[in-house]
Amino acid sequence: MTLKHVFNKSFGKYLLGRLGQTVMVIFIGITITFIIPRLAPTNPVEQKINQMMVSGANIHPEAIKQFREAMNDLYGLKGTLLEQYLSFWGRLAKGDLGPSIFSFPLPASQIIMKSMPWTIGLLLSTSIISWLLGNLLGGLAGYQSGRRWTRWAELAANSIRPIPYYIFAFILLIVFCFLIPLFPTLGAYDRGMQEEWLNPAFLLSVLHHTFLPAMSLVLTGIGGWLLGMRALVSNIISEDYVQYAEVAGVKKKTILYQYVMRNAMLPQITGLGLSLGGIFSGALITEYVFGIPGMGQLSYRAIMGFDYSLIMGISIFSIVGVSISVLIVDLLYPIFDPRVRLS
Amino acid sequence: MINAFKGLWKTSGYFRFGIVTLAFSLTMVILTFFAPYKPMESYVVAPDQPPSFDNWFGTTSRGQDLFWQMTFALRNSLGFGIITAFLSRIIAIWVGMYSGYKGGWLDKFLMSINDSFVIMPVLPILLLLNFLLRDQMNWFYMALMMAMLGWAWDARLIRSQVLSLKERVFSETAVFCGMPTRKIIFKEHMPYVLPVLFSTTINNLLWSIGMEVTLSILGLTNLNNPTIGVVIFWANQHQAMISGSWWWIAAPVLVTVFVFTGLYLLSVSLNEFIDPRTRLRMKGGAA
Repeated sequence: MTLKHVFNKSFGKYLLGRLGQTVMVIFIGITITFIIPRLAPTNPVEQKINQMMVSGANIHPEAIKQFREAMNDLYGLKGTLLEQYLSFWGRLAKGDLGPSIFSFPLPASQIIMKSMPWTIGLLLSTSIISWLLGNLLGGLAGYQSGRRWTRWAELAANSIRPIPYYIFAFILLIVFCFLIPLFPTLGAYDRGMQEEWLNPAFLLSVLHHTFLPAMSLVLTGIGGWLLGMRALVSNIISEDYVQYAEVAGVKKKTILYQYVMRNAMLPQITGLGLSLGGIFSGALITEYVFGIPGMGQLSYRAIMGFDYSLIMGISIFSIVGVSISVLIVDLLYPIFDPRVRLS
Repeated sequence: MINAFKGLWKTSGYFRFGIVTLAFSLTMVILTFFAPYKPMESYVVAPDQPPSFDNWFGTTSRGQDLFWQMTFALRNSLGFGIITAFLSRIIAIWVGMYSGYKGGWLDKFLMSINDSFVIMPVLPILLLLNFLLRDQMNWFYMALMMAMLGWAWDARLIRSQVLSLKERVFSETAVFCGMPTRKIIFKEHMPYVLPVLFSTTINNLLWSIGMEVTLSILGLTNLNNPTIGVVIFWANQHQAMISGSWWWIAAPVLVTVFVFTGLYLLSVSLNEFIDPRTRLRMKGGAA
């Protein structure tokens, strides 16, 4: 299969449709984040000023007036609604989300960029691990349905699946940090260590600290994939071509991995795309509970500190990130599904 | 209906577990009316007591009895979930059925909006919203917002159902008899859509309760109104984990696991029931 096979005319049409969809999602999402604060009866600038007044500082009225003007300018709250909307997009295009309040004058985008790798690392690895494990187990369970282990696996998957990931995080935390203290409770690495990714001791410490959060995400993720794959496979094995292969004496392993699972994979790949899209908001509470300095913890700090531009920034980053990761999976899809590239 | 219940009860362990959960939840909800304490009143019992005969789930550092607090929390969380699911059903049914039945540009238009909402990350939007409206936010506005963000996937399922119903002969007959569209949709097609509707409702209910818990843990809801998430929020706020009162977290966690798993298994068993092959097996026929 060469690239030419993949990128033909029908693919171009497909690509255009997907691109349009992505642009639309980003447009609607960001417009919503623009509208919400302006419909809200509370104004972030006034909120900040109130907060400053409450804390007892005796501030000169003139200073407050100047502060208000400066803040309005920084947050893009000047001019008519249409002007604000246009300048909002203009600033976004430059990656300017306004300054963060609690780490003033650091721009919000810089702070977000610092937390992003933790979240992406944690969620990307756990999503892929649970996808692989879930599909493998699900494929086996569908192929060998009726055996005792498949019934147990199904029961376990069905029972674990609806439990929210953060509830699972709490369970692991109670069991493995309190009842059987095997793992540390807080932080992404040992206290006092420097963030040096080339230092093996640091890496080990990170693995030790992130094992439980990763575990909670993998375990809650597996169930859904397992059940989905099992259902797909049990549909496919009753098809004629599979029975033909069985009668023809093709090895069971070959049938399962190359004949059955390959076909069952397609909807699961779409699913993976959608779940990767959830990465940005996927493990907010897990990060917060285990003290991992990612986007989740950042959101919490931003909420507690009334950090308006940081919250805005996180929302916008998530929306754009989700849409783009969904798009990427959609673009990879023709490689797996010949029908998309040949039709 | 009663026969279906009996059949399901006999054949499906999931269904039995689901019904037991429902009964448990209902009991908890009814118990709130006999609660000896107000849910958020502090120092009514000795603080920081582990679970015992007197305080089944233990007590909090603020001197609240966790068992009674959980009855209120469950009532509020379930109530919130039911309202959200109900409101989002209205949108999902309307969009799904009209879009599927009418087709054409209306379908294209509605589905392009629908697909955007399917992909749209809901949590950041809710975060922003609750952050800005924190003081004005009450549970009804929140239910309304979540309903507006959580209908899309179910609308798509309903639409696909209607697409196939539309091609059936009885739909054509109805059209030729001059039945108005609204009547065809709600009288003729609705009964077929109901089963899908039912299981998606349970999933939507669980989703919205879960979202509420997420927002509450972050302190973004009304923290004087106990819900499952609010109980966890206060436990975190008092560093229950570090001070060793693990039961403060364990109580809401256990209740959530029980109720979520039960309701989910109920929807799974109903889904299987919808599949005619399962019903045949129940009646003793060959699948």
